[in-house]
Amino acid sequence: MLTVNNLCASIEDKPILNGLSLEVKAGEVHAVMGPNGSGKSTLANVLAGRDQYEVTAGTVTFKGQDLLELEPEIRAREGLFLAFQYPVEIPGVSNVHMLKAALNAMRTHRGEKELDAVNFLKLVKQKAELVGMKQEFLYRAVNEGFSGGEKKRNEVLQMSLFEPTLSVLDETDSGLDIDALKIVAQGINSLRSPQRAMLVVTHYQRLLDYIAPDFVHVLAHGKIIRSGGKELAVELEEHGYGWIEEHACTA
Amino acid sequence: MNEQIDTEEHLESLTQREYKEGFVTDIDADTLPPGLDEGIIHTISTRKEEPQFLLDWRLSAYRNWLKMEEPEWPHLHYPKIDFQEISYFSAPKQKKLLDSLDEVDPKLLETYEKLGIPLDEQKALAGVKVAVDAVFDSVSVATTFKETLAEAGVIFCPLSEAVTDYPELVQKYLGSVVPPGDNYYAALNSAVYSEGSFVYVPKGVRCPMELSTYFRINAMNTGQFERTLIVADEDSYVSYLEGCTAPMRDENQLHAAVVELVAMKGAEIKYSTVQNWYPGDENGKGGIYNFVTKRGVCKGEGSKISWTQVETGSAITWKYPSVVLEGDSSVGEFYSVALTGNYQQADTGTKMVHVGKNARSTIISKGISAGHGQNSYRGLVKILKGAENARNYSQCDSLLMGDKCGAHTFPYIEVKNPDAVVEHEATTSKISEDQLFYCRQRGLSEEDAVSMIVNGFCKEVFKELPMEFAVEAQKLLSISLEGAVG
Ligand SMILES: Nc1ncnc2c1ncn2[C@@H]1O[C@H](COP(=O)(O)OP(=O)(O)O)[C@@H](O)[C@H]1O
Ligand SMILES: [Mg+2]
Repeated sequence: MLTVNNLCASIEDKPILNGLSLEVKAGEVHAVMGPNGSGKSTLANVLAGRDQYEVTAGTVTFKGQDLLELEPEIRAREGLFLAFQYPVEIPGVSNVHMLKAALNAMRTHRGEKELDAVNFLKLVKQKAELVGMKQEFLYRAVNEGFSGGEKKRNEVLQMSLFEPTLSVLDETDSGLDIDALKIVAQGINSLRSPQRAMLVVTHYQRLLDYIAPDFVHVLAHGKIIRSGGKELAVELEEHGYGWIEEHACTA
Repeated sequence: MNEQIDTEEHLESLTQREYKEGFVTDIDADTLPPGLDEGIIHTISTRKEEPQFLLDWRLSAYRNWLKMEEPEWPHLHYPKIDFQEISYFSAPKQKKLLDSLDEVDPKLLETYEKLGIPLDEQKALAGVKVAVDAVFDSVSVATTFKETLAEAGVIFCPLSEAVTDYPELVQKYLGSVVPPGDNYYAALNSAVYSEGSFVYVPKGVRCPMELSTYFRINAMNTGQFERTLIVADEDSYVSYLEGCTAPMRDENQLHAAVVELVAMKGAEIKYSTVQNWYPGDENGKGGIYNFVTKRGVCKGEGSKISWTQVETGSAITWKYPSVVLEGDSSVGEFYSVALTGNYQQADTGTKMVHVGKNARSTIISKGISAGHGQNSYRGLVKILKGAENARNYSQCDSLLMGDKCGAHTFPYIEVKNPDAVVEHEATTSKISEDQLFYCRQRGLSEEDAVSMIVNGFCKEVFKELPMEFAVEAQKLLSISLEGAVG
């Protein structure tokens, strides 16, 4: 579904990703871990098409297409979803309004009929319940005055609503208490299917306890320096990133 | 940051709107030659078959105007207007005194149809009921739902008709809120005004439908000087909307209107404007010069006047809809969205003058600047000595799109009574890269994202508009922000 090959990207002429390769197949859940500043968010943003990041080398194919050629909104409509590490506030634009416009843009792209207000509301309320979000949040301005945890939950709500082919979650678990974490994990797990895949960026092993990834990758200095199964996350938890980096050098 | 600049350029292209109302109606018109002197004023007055008092009133306003200076304090730059090059009267040729729409020139009906304005009562019946007075250049061509309104006792007609049919009301209130010598443009308007709407809502009557006037400038080299007078008697209510458009022309055209509102004890007037005069092209050529005086007086206790304006058009906008809060416990409100793109300039705001006790005023102003647009908010909050327990809240937010535009805020506060509470808040922001990217990541095109974010910015104002006009205003804003997105 997603093939990243030797990806190099920089921001303001500063190289951040230095030859990153990754293969994600349908049905798989991949976790990406790594110290602060290692390039995790950069990877997520480059995949989503943020234009501050300049891709200097490498290729990315998504569902057989050259992903880097597509505008961000086309990537989104093609089923690539990014749950932002820091979701932005949009004053005056109600959550439902934006979600409906977004969902309908995706449906139109897929040749499906737009959902009318009644059916959309029914759907979004059902999804809100699934992620434990109070209905009042649907009518508030997008992320405005939401706590950190509420913003993350709003990201998960959108993911459940759009049912993306590939979900990239950038530290969606950070700053959540254990109950919220379980709900986020449940949101992720409920979307797991043989047709879909996920790339879960996280700092902590605790999320991985709930979602059991198929693969764990360790990112350092803009490269994947080690890949393994979910036991790798446990090792990391015990020994820290320093240990992996040393091993990577001597290996 | 290169990327930042790219985005701003992109945003700018988004705001280079296409003006969809810019067509010209090819119709025979009876237009006075350019120029202004007492003879012209006599001619206008004769054409309109006016009583002597009105001619005298016009002439005294004209003599006043001659002694006045064009104001130079606004934050606006434009070449001096040559008032002798303008024609002060133009009327489409048609039979006088129309009894029904069937007698209106089909070309005129077509014009309003193209503009999406329902002059056909039958058609209007299917949707929302709005009574419309359609003013084409210097004359009113049709007023709908007159009978329905008459049943409720509401008078809604062209001002010229009111002069004939209700001279005592006109004589009593015309110029009572904005005196002929109030300012340069008001004086000019008083001298040469040609048409406008008149509304009278009797005691205790809630006007059964929205009233609206659509102004259309069509003729070349012609100024439009309309005058609107609305009187809401005790405990009555009326909601009124004003819309306006003009063809695209390379030369600038002058529009200098006066609107007067009078709200008696317990009455409420809600006045909404969607101003969409031709703004000029992307190089700043052409467009309407819009110099307008709008003022309302809350005469009686507990009366309320609320101005809501959405200003997307005009090359130049100079306008400060104001409320004089004479009555105790009266309420004045001003909600404004002003968009300036390309080379548009707007100097707009309000005046809230507290005279009575326990009066409240609210000012919410949203300025959006794009391209080379210059947007100034100018507002005065004045609390007189006897205005005990006055409350004002003002909020002025500016949104900048790109780095060649400007936003300016000129708040003036004069407080003569110590227990007044006056609050003023101001913010300036940009559409952030983060917001745009967030929306696009959710599948929205850049164009839709910009329009959604801008509409969100204006929400507090749009929610004050009557439902159907809010939709129109949002569409207009989106069109104004539309451009060739690659
Ligand atoms: N807008 C930016 N301008 C300059 N440097 C940036 C910017 N965004 C990220 N960086 C730098 O890129 C590197 C990688 O950042 P990021 O991808 O956010 O790391 P992670 O998500 O793994 O913590 C860091 O050194 C960070 O300082
Ligand atoms: Mg990060």
